[in-house]
Amino acid sequence: MSNLRTANIEAKDARIKVRWIEFTIVRSLMICALISVVTTLAIVVILAKESSGFFQEVSIYSFLAGLEWNPLIEPRQFGVIPLVLGTLLVSVGACIIAIPIGLGTAIYLSEYASQKTRQWLKPTIELLAGVPSVVFGYFAVTSITPLLQSVFPSTEIFNAASAAIVLSFMVLPTITSLSDDALSAVPRSLREGGYALAATKREVSLGILLPAATSGILAACILGFSRAIGETMAVALAAGSTPNLSLNPLQSAQTMTGYIVQVSMGDTPHGSVEYQSIFAVAALLFLMTFSLNVFSQSILKRLQKSYD
Amino acid sequence: MSDLNQNSNANQSVLSALDVSLAYDQRTIVKNVTLNLDPNSITSLIGPSGCGKSTLLRTFNRMNDFIPAFRKTSGFIKYRNLDIYGDDVDPVFIRRRVGMVFQKPNPFPSSIAKNITWGPSINGFQGDFDELVEISLKRAALWDEVKDKLHSSGLALSGGQQQRLCIARAIAMDPDVILMDEPCSALDPASTAKIEELMSELKERYSILIVTHNMQQAARASDHTALMYHGELVEFGSTRQIFNSPKNKVTEDYIMGRFG
Ligand SMILES: Nc1ncnc2c1ncn2[C@@H]1O[C@H](COP(=O)(O)OP(=O)(O)OP(=O)(O)O)[C@@H](O)[C@H]1O
Ligand SMILES: [Mg+2]
Repeated sequence: MSNLRTANIEAKDARIKVRWIEFTIVRSLMICALISVVTTLAIVVILAKESSGFFQEVSIYSFLAGLEWNPLIEPRQFGVIPLVLGTLLVSVGACIIAIPIGLGTAIYLSEYASQKTRQWLKPTIELLAGVPSVVFGYFAVTSITPLLQSVFPSTEIFNAASAAIVLSFMVLPTITSLSDDALSAVPRSLREGGYALAATKREVSLGILLPAATSGILAACILGFSRAIGETMAVALAAGSTPNLSLNPLQSAQTMTGYIVQVSMGDTPHGSVEYQSIFAVAALLFLMTFSLNVFSQSILKRLQKSYD
Repeated sequence: MSDLNQNSNANQSVLSALDVSLAYDQRTIVKNVTLNLDPNSITSLIGPSGCGKSTLLRTFNRMNDFIPAFRKTSGFIKYRNLDIYGDDVDPVFIRRRVGMVFQKPNPFPSSIAKNITWGPSINGFQGDFDELVEISLKRAALWDEVKDKLHSSGLALSGGQQQRLCIARAIAMDPDVILMDEPCSALDPASTAKIEELMSELKERYSILIVTHNMQQAARASDHTALMYHGELVEFGSTRQIFNSPKNKVTEDYIMGRFG
């Protein structure tokens, strides 16, 4: 009887101990997770604080609607549109190149490639994502730009086209890999339904798989676009640092990220307006990529629901 | 397309397997099966799970082509004298003549009408699409239930309706043969009864080969029955004969429900 009781108590002790270990593990894991949340919040707070200093000097309206970006030399002007335009020119250009190639590759991978080809091709494409940005930048300046110049002699040394092309390589893995996932997630039964109706591979790919995977592919493209907008090093190297209110891809252009690097690497005094301006630009950039990510997440979530 | 049906000799088999053996990689699944399908008849293929029914069924329209491990190791599959595994035969052509309905209803995530018109449109159908939709849905006994919502999604239908939509989709191709792989296994008894009734109407125009686990269904709905066991065709004959006086002990045991 008493034996039984001590056994009981020991079991209880053991349980408490297990519960305590469990508790500690859960807490530490939670702290790990919280680190990213806190970091994000801290970034938002710093962006808000520093850019609020900027907006005391420059009105939000003249920042968002101004057509002239001339932050370093008097008379200073902080109209962000040329930077936004540069960013869009380069990243939209990159997507125009990368989306058809990425989608074509994804269709090839998911429908045409043999298991063997797929096994080496997909990791190889994903390897592209691991190449450092600077390497891509120098590749643009030393290879793509000369090539462009030989075709279009009016091409400037630093130009948006070269940046767009190199950026398209950089977002290609994202677009390809996620589109391939979306296509592969289309249930086998739908494919078979198509083939049983005497469809060819091409007809099944274009008529059934592509429509069924639309939201996943859309999400892939948006994520690719969002990466393109946020990309810095390669673009800064290839596109140059001349803000231009122009859509000519052969001219130099400055992107939002490009401006941020230029100022933060220069000797701009802390606390000055031009120093604070990089936070305003960064805040705008953050808003843009953040909303793109939220948008693509919501599409992906809807996609998951539709297959449940 | 339908002149192909009329020109051929009515007494001849529509589909036949001659000494067919099938394998996945090195593993033989179907062994030396010979089976002939009469025109305008329903043949049911029964047998325990894993005995190779689906594997055999899917060779009749070359759906196994999509499984890399699959091989045909002996024999011929003929569709009206055409060796469908012949070197110069386009599987797409075979699938125009030999349609298929799957175990799980698999309508495309688009409108009811689009589900029906897609197959014919990619195969060069020239006629009136509205008429095609109406005729196909009527033949699949679905028209009355969906005629007011032809442009709403096929996925919004009930399981039984979806399966009839898939049958309508197969019919719209005006095939010669329809293969069905346990088409009622995901359906309730009422929908199952509807599809069985439908099958007996369909055989006026088409030949049907149906895989089923439901003995009553085979007995009720089919003219001929084939029993497979461990990849071999144990017995093939008229449904009445198979169910009333089976010649083979295995057949008898199986239809008496003595094993799964
Ligand atoms: N893609 C495949 N690769 C390898 N083996 C397979 C494949 N498909 C089926 N098999 C094997 O072939 C055998 C027969 O399968 P099949 O689907 O033809 O059986 P079945 O008679 O239709 O069974 P059920 O009544 O359960 O549907 C099984 O042992 C199965 O494991
Ligand atoms: Mg089966």
